[in-house]
Amino acid sequence: MTQLALVIDLNVCVGCHACVTSCKQWNTSGAAGSLMDDNPYGKDPTGTFFNRVQTYEVGEFPNTETIHFPKSCLHCEEPPCVPVCPTGASYKRKEDGIVLVDYDKCIGCKYCSWACPYGAREIDEKQKVMKKCTLCVDRIYDESLPEAERKPACVLACPTSARLFGDVHDPESEVSLAICESGGYPLMPEWGTQPANHYLPRRKTKIRLHEDELTRVDNPLKKDGRLPRTDPDAPFLEDSVSW
Amino acid sequence: MHPAFSVIFLTTLIGAGQGLFLALITAEAFSHMGGLTIQEHNFYSTGSLLSLGLLVAGLVASFFHLGHPERAWRSAAMWRTSWLSREVIALPAFMGVVFIYGLLHYLEWNPKVFGTTALPETDLTLMVGIVGIVLCFTLFICTGMIYACLKFLQEWHTPLTPINYTLLGMSSGFTLATAFATQYSLEMTSLFGTWAIILTFAALLTRTASLLRNKRIKYHSTMSTAIGVRHSNIQQKSQGSMGGSFNTREYFHGMSTVFFKSVKWIFLLLVFPFPLLLVGMGLSNDASILLVLAFAVQYVGLIAERWFFFAQANHPQNLYYQTI
Repeated sequence: MTQLALVIDLNVCVGCHACVTSCKQWNTSGAAGSLMDDNPYGKDPTGTFFNRVQTYEVGEFPNTETIHFPKSCLHCEEPPCVPVCPTGASYKRKEDGIVLVDYDKCIGCKYCSWACPYGAREIDEKQKVMKKCTLCVDRIYDESLPEAERKPACVLACPTSARLFGDVHDPESEVSLAICESGGYPLMPEWGTQPANHYLPRRKTKIRLHEDELTRVDNPLKKDGRLPRTDPDAPFLEDSVSW
Repeated sequence: MHPAFSVIFLTTLIGAGQGLFLALITAEAFSHMGGLTIQEHNFYSTGSLLSLGLLVAGLVASFFHLGHPERAWRSAAMWRTSWLSREVIALPAFMGVVFIYGLLHYLEWNPKVFGTTALPETDLTLMVGIVGIVLCFTLFICTGMIYACLKFLQEWHTPLTPINYTLLGMSSGFTLATAFATQYSLEMTSLFGTWAIILTFAALLTRTASLLRNKRIKYHSTMSTAIGVRHSNIQQKSQGSMGGSFNTREYFHGMSTVFFKSVKWIFLLLVFPFPLLLVGMGLSNDASILLVLAFAVQYVGLIAERWFFFAQANHPQNLYYQTI
C-alpha cells in the first residue's frame, strides 16, 4: 500500500509563503478551473487556498519562539471527511492514499468541511464545490515532466527544503526516515484520523557545559615557574643516609 | 459553527411536519381502540396535507443550502456510510407515505386489510400510518445523527442530539395538531393538547440535560495538539490570510457573547413555558386562537433553539483561526 504524504520540517520553515503562492499558481491554472479569488486587491480580499502558512508565538517574552506553520490537507489514513459525503464525491484513492474531491459530483453541501477537524477543506464560492489539496495529483504522475519535477508544486517551491514528499508506508523512503529519525508527529492525534502528513518539530542544538569544564584543573596554558627553593639548612639526603 | 438558516428551517419545519403526522396516527389508533369517536376522513386528509406542506417547505429550504441543487439527486448514493445520505432517502420516502395516507383518506378508500375475531379489524390507512411512523422516527434519527456522528464537535456528539431533535419536533407537531383539531373536535383537541404538554415537558428535560452537559465540556483538542508544540502559552500571530476565508466564515457564529447568551434564554422561554401556558389556557378556555399562538410562539422559539444549537458547537479548526 502506498500512502503519499508531505513531511513538513518546522525547524527549517521560514514562513516565506512560497509554497502558498506556488500552490495557488499551479492549482488555479489546472484543468479543474481556477481557484476562487474575490476582491484580491480590494478592501476585504478572500479566496480559496489549498495551503496556508500560519505563524505562532510560543512562550512569553523574552523567551519566545516563532513557529511558521504550513497547513494543508493531511491526507488522513482514516479520513473523517470521506464517509460523511452523501454523493461519494469525496474519496480516498486506494492506489496512493490521496484524498480527493470529484468536482463534478460535489453538491456543495459543506458537510465534509464540518467533518474535518483541521479545517483543511475550503469551498470555492464561485464554482460552489468543495476544494482541497490534491497533492498536485495532476503533476506527480505527469510523464511529460522531467522526473525531478514530478513533485507537488509546494515542495518544489520551498527554498529551504522544509517540505519533503514521498510514500510514508515505505520504511526506506526519505519521508519515513525523516519521521523516524527526527521525531515526526501527526496533528491532533486524539481524533484517530491518522494523518499521513507529518510535522518535524523544532530542534535546538545545545552544548552541555559542566562547572568543572569552565576552569580546567590541568590548565595547559599555565606557565611553569621555578621550582620552590629548598631550605639551605635542612639536611641533605647524603647527611642522613649512609651508603 | 455558523448557523445556516436553510438548515434551521429544514430541521424545524420537517420536525413540526413529522410531529403533526404522528399526532394524526395517534388519533386514528386511539379511535380504533375505541376510546374516541372516529373522525371524518376530512380530518386526516387535511392534517396530512398540512404535514406534507411543512415537509415540502423544509425540503425547499434545504436546497438553499446546496451549492449545486441540480445535483441533489446524487446525494442518495452513499447511504451505507453517510447519515446525510440516509436523511436524503428517508425524507422523500416519508413524504410519499404521508401523501398516500392523505390520499387514501381523501378518497375515503379504506378497506379492512385484515381482521379476525381475535385481532381487531385493521384499516388500510392505519397500516400505511404504521409504515409512516417507522419512517418518521427513522427520519428523526437520521437528522439528529448528521450532527451527533461528528465526534470532534463535542457539543453535538451525544445521544441527546437525536433525542432532542425527535422530542422537539414531536412537541411542535403536537402543539400544531392541537390548534388544528379545534376546527374538528373537542375530544381530539384535548387528546393532542395533553400529548403536546407531555412532549414539551419531555423535550424540556432532555434539552436542559444537553445544555448542562455542554456547559461542562472539556475540549480534547488544544492549541498544543493542533500544532504539536508542547507548551501552555501558544499565541497565534497570523492565520495566513489578510482578509477572511471560508474557515473564518463557516465555523464562527460571529455574534457577540451577549447576543449568543440571550438567544439561549429566548429559546428556553419561547419553546417551553410559553407554549405550555398557552396550550393549558387554550384547552381550559377552548380558545383556538391561543392554541394557534402557542404553535407560532414555539416555532419562533425553535428557530432560536436551532440557531443556538449550531452556534454553540465549537469546531476544533477554530484553534487555527484565532487572529488575522
